[in-house]
Amino acid sequence: MSPFHRPPRFNWWLENRAYALFVVRELTSVFIAAYVVLVLLLLRNLALGREAYEAYLRVLATPGMVVLQIVAFAAALYHSITWFALSPKAMVVRLGEKRVPPRVVVGANYVAWIVVSAIIAWIVLGA
Amino acid sequence: MPKSTEPFWWLLFAAGGTVAAFLVPVHIILSGIALPAGWAREAFAYDHILALVSHPLSRIYLFVLISLSLFHWAHRFRYTLAEGLHLKTAWLPVPIACYGSAIVGTILAAIVLAKL
Repeated sequence: MSPFHRPPRFNWWLENRAYALFVVRELTSVFIAAYVVLVLLLLRNLALGREAYEAYLRVLATPGMVVLQIVAFAAALYHSITWFALSPKAMVVRLGEKRVPPRVVVGANYVAWIVVSAIIAWIVLGA
Repeated sequence: MPKSTEPFWWLLFAAGGTVAAFLVPVHIILSGIALPAGWAREAFAYDHILALVSHPLSRIYLFVLISLSLFHWAHRFRYTLAEGLHLKTAWLPVPIACYGSAIVGTILAAIVLAKL
């Protein structure tokens, strides 16, 4: 290695709170992916029949899986919050000449989020 | 990874991030918290879930949820790996492994949902 070449360091993201939060935000996607794999396995067991499905539900209720899903829930919430916070930058909304204030765009996302979540919960639990 | 394919992967990432932001938290509350806690036993009964999920709209919905969430992960994880481990972003094995996993997941989701 040449004396001018610094060895790579792998802990750069631990040196600064902003870097660490950035990496945490990126890694929320790992938990989201893990969760949709659990959904895919649920559907697979549902297709296999009643016994396979009910056995899978018992697996989902084991302590390890509950912990995993609670961590995945925290990760998913962090993803939603950071995603909505970026939305005014990704999408500039105009009304006539005026730009809709970023706070309003973020707020609209939260309202839509609550409505969509309520509809899904109602379909699964109530319908 | 050819540069010309970047907008395609980015679009899947953006769509997946939006789908995950709006839909994943409530799904985890239902199947990850309410179900193990025993608050949703009837809702998750085999016949009820089978009837609900067999509806064509539910199948399309679940396909979109699973597939786009996986592509969202693939894109983020690809760049996090590249930056975290100091790899060149153009180094092919990383994007192939990441997007390839999302493609495999998408195909499996299509097969499972078609069979229901």
